[in-house]
Amino acid sequence: MSELQERAAKLWKVPKGYIYVLEEFCKGCGFCVEFCPKKVLAQASHFNDKGYHPPEVVDPEACVLCGFCERICPDFAIWVEEEGKGDVS
Amino acid sequence: MPVKVARAEPEFVPGVRHPLERWLRTDRLPHIWCSGCGLGTALSAFLYALDELGWDPDSIAVVSGIGCTGRVAGYLKLDTYHTTHGRPIPFATGLKLAKPDLHVIVFSGDGDLFAIGGNHFIHAARRNMDITVICVNNLNYGMTGGQLGPTTPVGALTTTSPFGNFEHPFNLVHLAASAGATYVARWTTLDGRRLQKAFVEALSHKGFTFVEILSPCPTNYGRRNRMGEALDELKYYREHMVIRHGADPKDADILPGKPFLVGKFVDLEKPTYLELYQTKAREIGGG
Repeated sequence: MSELQERAAKLWKVPKGYIYVLEEFCKGCGFCVEFCPKKVLAQASHFNDKGYHPPEVVDPEACVLCGFCERICPDFAIWVEEEGKGDVS
Repeated sequence: MPVKVARAEPEFVPGVRHPLERWLRTDRLPHIWCSGCGLGTALSAFLYALDELGWDPDSIAVVSGIGCTGRVAGYLKLDTYHTTHGRPIPFATGLKLAKPDLHVIVFSGDGDLFAIGGNHFIHAARRNMDITVICVNNLNYGMTGGQLGPTTPVGALTTTSPFGNFEHPFNLVHLAASAGATYVARWTTLDGRRLQKAFVEALSHKGFTFVEILSPCPTNYGRRNRMGEALDELKYYREHMVIRHGADPKDADILPGKPFLVGKFVDLEKPTYLELYQTKAREIGGG
């Protein structure tokens, strides 16, 4: 699908792997920011196309790759990947 | 508002996929559900459970009714039915009896399953039809504008109860358990992995299984009851839910501002409708 090919996610490197954020899917509910046990994420100051503040990684060193952001996200907009292993959840 | 600023600069990677995208019709995403609605979380927990079970997608059929939760059928890359209002259980029953090898799952809301389709629910549970019913309970009729539903707690404000609800609501866990369900669990959308485990248990359990998921409805229920944003509703759940496995379903009432029980309430074995039917058919010489 062409739309899928054009879609670009943001990627952050964290000690054990990667965090992906697909900003167009985000509806700014703030669940990932609030319920991250290590407070790795914060709401960005910029807006996405829909006018919501997507999450961004502010403390990559603290991430233990528990994947709870991926679980709690209602919009399939954030996910984690373990280094060399693919999806962990 | 942001307190910290990003220290690490992100990279842009095109064409990457969410790990659940093989189950989803991505051309229909992002979905229509409101910001902060728990339906997306419930759906993703269900898809993680399917991932864990590793079943062939062709052996799974998802049936949903009408309402916000009814939209689930449209987002899944599986055999799905978006049925008439309140009737997902009759459709699922027919599907299961015609094709007993199929894994049949009903994914619908509290209004669809318990108000419009309440009768079908109790009879499918009574017969122990081998299906799994997942009910996303947002305590009101969300899609039509937040009217009073059969699960709205006493005292809650809705568009049709502006002075507070005075009716006794259904306790869905108690209803399912007393109607004869063989597996009954309740979780909130905050319990990511517990919810996945409950789905895996319910889907692999023989007989009528029921999982209730309490979900925030920030646009209607939360706003009218001054619960704040969806985030505040989830914080409310975090503060008020009490996990107690094997508790008496009678005690699982939901009252505003009071703690409520979550966990696995019922887990038992019982012959299913199809088994009893086949036994009877053999007994009378037709089988």
